[in-house]
Amino acid sequence: MQNREEWKWAFIFLLPSLLGVGIFVAIPVIASFGLSFAHWNMLSPPRWVGLQNYHELLVDPVFWQVMGNTFYYALAVVFLEIPLALGLAIAMNQPGWLTKVFRTIYFLPVVTSMVAIALVWNWMYDPRVGLFNGILNFVGLPQVEWLYSTLWAMPALILMGVWKNVGYSMILFLAGLQTIPEELYEAASLDGANRWQQFINVTLPQLGPTLFFVSVMSTITAFQVFDPVYIMTQGEPAGTTNVAVYWLYQNAFELFNVGRASAIAYLLFGVILTLTLIQWSLRKRWIDQES
Amino acid sequence: MDRSRVLAYFILVIGAVSMLVPFLWMLSTSLMSTEQIYAFPPEFIPNPAQPQNYTQAMTAVPLVRFFWNSLLVAVVTTAGQMVTASMAGYAFARLNFPFRNTLFLLFLATVMIPPQVNVVPLFILMSKLGWIDTYYALIVPGLFGAFGIFLLRQWFLGFPKELEQAAMLDGCNPFQIYWKIALPTALPALATLGIFTFIATWNSFLWPLIVTNSETMRTLPVGLAAFKGSFRENTQWGQLMAAGVISVVPALAVFLVGQKYFIQGLMSGSLKG
Repeated sequence: MQNREEWKWAFIFLLPSLLGVGIFVAIPVIASFGLSFAHWNMLSPPRWVGLQNYHELLVDPVFWQVMGNTFYYALAVVFLEIPLALGLAIAMNQPGWLTKVFRTIYFLPVVTSMVAIALVWNWMYDPRVGLFNGILNFVGLPQVEWLYSTLWAMPALILMGVWKNVGYSMILFLAGLQTIPEELYEAASLDGANRWQQFINVTLPQLGPTLFFVSVMSTITAFQVFDPVYIMTQGEPAGTTNVAVYWLYQNAFELFNVGRASAIAYLLFGVILTLTLIQWSLRKRWIDQES
Repeated sequence: MDRSRVLAYFILVIGAVSMLVPFLWMLSTSLMSTEQIYAFPPEFIPNPAQPQNYTQAMTAVPLVRFFWNSLLVAVVTTAGQMVTASMAGYAFARLNFPFRNTLFLLFLATVMIPPQVNVVPLFILMSKLGWIDTYYALIVPGLFGAFGIFLLRQWFLGFPKELEQAAMLDGCNPFQIYWKIALPTALPALATLGIFTFIATWNSFLWPLIVTNSETMRTLPVGLAAFKGSFRENTQWGQLMAAGVISVVPALAVFLVGQKYFIQGLMSGSLKG
């Protein structure tokens, strides 16, 4: 086939994706950046204001509360989820049909819509007759106001977030565990290492890249949380569950402050991009070391 | 050995029960009468069962319409992704053209952009096009994506060249080779992409929330959220949970049928990362 002929075909094959990704991903991400330097209510023409949106954000106490909430949510979800997922993956790393059944069960929340999950958890957190207060009542502990409490609303969302995502992290750990050569464990047990020592000296170092990847992925997912806040708390009580994407949504589609919403979007993007780039570069270094 | 296995199963059973309880809670509430729902301490088994919650939910909100909207959007998006991703993936794997690797890396880089960063300009674009509150806004932006291109490119890279060369000697053009020879072999990769896209689209909330106004255009998640929001004080939890069950079943069914492909998709995203 002639070169030119092949280029022509390549262009035809790529055209739908080039147009689609260009129009619906590349242009918006640039437009979003531009809009973060403007004042615009979607009605009158946009007005260039330089860094004013960013400046206003940084001096706004609500911004710091929202950022604090977002980090609180993300870090708590990740720190609870990672050990839990790793423990489950180790328990599950054995042959047999039963583990396949368990794997499926742990995966159900991952593939279920967050809206449906948030609805049922909202009901389970009901302060008068919900399941959680029923359990507390059963074991003789005092009742909690859950989503109506400034102290407990965020932990309630965190617990639900861990429940939803733990199966995903578990599957990735399981894949990582299955790549560890059996000889390493045999050698360790010949050296007299007990199970805990094997875990510390073989499993954890061998699992290093997976551990890091799963942590970053979970952090990124957690930073993007929106659905449960919209369904369950609307950022209440007293702003204690307002998170970055929900605040972005409020600014753009309730207050019609496009510039400020875009500035929030870009700050969030900055955090997520930094995490992703760290993940990519460290992963590359790990893979280079191994080969 | 035996003791640690018992411990492992014990942990797994406790975990599995906690995973299942919210689903069972949704199901059992969906079949309860209001009096039983508000009993404290909570009751677990509907007695007597109230299947009329389902019919009442369907008359309270256009649940069938929501279901149809979700299904249409998810099916068309899935089919479209399969076409665009396999075409681009084939070109990146099999055809030679200038800047091929640069272009591929540019596509790959777009997976780093969180969709939330783009919702505001995308919304503005949709309103300029007059697409707000139409199926176009719900479907068209979802027809393209780098994940699928990556997945299909990987697959075509591993596909033997001999068949293509034979077809080329028979006078087939690249499109015929792609359509008749390469694509049929790529069914497992297409299944992975398809199941992934279907579930993600079915569950998607923020985008359909933003681009729909009228009740008849809502997808299930948006309809459910509005249904809950429509209760000022006494939420009809029985009806709401019935609607929840209806919304959850299709995605779970697709997952259970195509579990193998779905998990492969997750792995390919992580191990190559």
